[in-house]
Amino acid sequence: MRILTIVKHVPDSNVPIKVRPDGTGIDTTGLKYVIDPFDEFGVELAVQLREKRGDVSEIIALTQGPEKAAETLRVALAMGADSAIHLSDPIFESFDELFYASVIAEAVTKQSTPFDLVLCGKHNIDLDAGAVGPALAEFLDLAHVGAVTNLEITPDGRRFTARRRIEGAEEVVEGALPALLTIEKGLVEPRYPSLPNLMKAKKKPLTVLTSKELPGSASHKASAQIAYVTPPPPRPECKFIEGEPAQMAHELVRFLRDEAKVL
Amino acid sequence: MPDSKTPDFYHIDSLLSNDERQVRDTVARFVDDRVLPIIAECFEHERFPTELIPEMAELGLFGPTLQDYGCAGLNNVAYGLIMQELERGDSGVRSFASVQSGLVMYPIHTYGSDEQKKRWLPEMARARKIGCFGLTEPDGGSDPGTMKTRAEKKGSDWVLNGAKMWITSGSIADVAVVWAMTEHGVRGFLLEKGTPGFTSRDIPHKFSLRASVTSELFFDNCRLPESSRLPTAEGLGAPLSCLTQARYGIAWGGVGAAMACYREALEFCRNRVLFGSPLINKQHMQIRLADMVRRITTGQLLALQLGRLKDQGEMHHTQVSLAKWNNVRLGLDIAREARDILGAGGISVECCPVRHMLNLESVITYEGTETIHQLVVGREITGVAAF
Repeated sequence: MRILTIVKHVPDSNVPIKVRPDGTGIDTTGLKYVIDPFDEFGVELAVQLREKRGDVSEIIALTQGPEKAAETLRVALAMGADSAIHLSDPIFESFDELFYASVIAEAVTKQSTPFDLVLCGKHNIDLDAGAVGPALAEFLDLAHVGAVTNLEITPDGRRFTARRRIEGAEEVVEGALPALLTIEKGLVEPRYPSLPNLMKAKKKPLTVLTSKELPGSASHKASAQIAYVTPPPPRPECKFIEGEPAQMAHELVRFLRDEAKVL
Repeated sequence: MPDSKTPDFYHIDSLLSNDERQVRDTVARFVDDRVLPIIAECFEHERFPTELIPEMAELGLFGPTLQDYGCAGLNNVAYGLIMQELERGDSGVRSFASVQSGLVMYPIHTYGSDEQKKRWLPEMARARKIGCFGLTEPDGGSDPGTMKTRAEKKGSDWVLNGAKMWITSGSIADVAVVWAMTEHGVRGFLLEKGTPGFTSRDIPHKFSLRASVTSELFFDNCRLPESSRLPTAEGLGAPLSCLTQARYGIAWGGVGAAMACYREALEFCRNRVLFGSPLINKQHMQIRLADMVRRITTGQLLALQLGRLKDQGEMHHTQVSLAKWNNVRLGLDIAREARDILGAGGISVECCPVRHMLNLESVITYEGTETIHQLVVGREITGVAAF
């Protein structure tokens, strides 16, 4: 079984994001980037499948992003991927997830051996559009199950049973491999890449592909563009009402009627 | 200025290699996820979090600069960044790693026989074996040349008598690196737990390093074969070289503790409203916070350049003395300052500065007191020893 895991290099959600003064995007100076935490579930799942089953022959991690995105691939390699593919070209840079997926799809179709399982996060924490998985499945003509919370694969490696949470129930989806699954939080707990493995990851094969190898990317065009970005409005000041319960209720009603004017 | 997790006023991040950055971020994540949620409780109840040991081993935090024996083979800057991040968590956790790596694996690797290396290093990297380092004695630590622990040759064996004190990980260690006076000067021995006559006792009632085991070791006619002696360790220079390794890590650790305290103080000042506006609006508070950043930045640059010298093989132990002195001092001062800024709440173990402050009272004393390091630097620049 060959597994492809898509990983994205995204800004660390622990670091506050600043919008550029001209509104053309976010200020990336000094911004810290990490492997997308949802994509990271995909890498962990792939590695766990290999540890549990005897038939996982290869795990390949793929990222699309600037030169620095190689750091994210190295995390995936340190976690247990065997090799990595880095799609890196200024013309690949886009905020449009459909375009992002189309470039990845072109790279995947050029691989000599097909994949049995393609894994990615249910969404990425940067654009949060959730389109990469479904779009990639569509481009690759693969079955797709989104936001998987539990996965079983038959011993012969031909069929899978995936569970996903839907409003008020759990959906059980059965299907044949190859397939593309997007992973929900909680399916697996990602391991820390160990320091020896981080060093060994440098010696694992990493292929860089540009628009020269992926000429189709020039003909796809990003169908959506970000017009402008604004910071969220500052949080309005919180008003505390103090006193005895009866007094507080009286004050609340007065406030809602006279000041907020909602009553 | 990016308001990143760490104060990085001089973009020191850009001076690090990808390897170094990735090592730091990996350990930072471990500290955020695994150490910080439990460490206040450990400190409060005087408990060393032994449950973290296997995870730290899995991460490769023990002996990370060694090239073989299953270790990562990192450079010294990456090692320093590990120590910085661990001490951002807690000095006790960092101490455990320092001792295992710098004070036990290092002497075995440097002064041990092939047999000793093969036997201990892989096991210690995986933390299946824990080590401790016995140099300081009950009567003092600053003048180890006057140590009272004796090793006498009896036939082909050695007989060890004496006691060691303030030994990190003493009672949980499987092996102790013990330094003893012989008729030919100081020699080092690997003393295994269970050796007849070897006992240990934890030191209770500490108000510092409460999330760390500190013990006394007693040797009552312990018989050791010659094969347990570190063959190439001759004289006081050997244990002092180990301390240079550990002190190097502490120089980074002091900055880590300071960063944790600064961040908590800054966050507090943003949120705490006094006389109608948040504390960050007050000149007085800004000066105090700016001063913390000034000191942290100098400490970061000092540690980094020290690491680069060490990687080039040009580091002198007196430079380590200056860095240990400077960076633990800044850590302690910033911890006290942050404790004060936090007001009444700052005395709670829920806030990190008071814990770091109490821990650093040990760190400024152990591995060469601040005064000893000042005098080491003084001797270096004047040529006169004034101990």
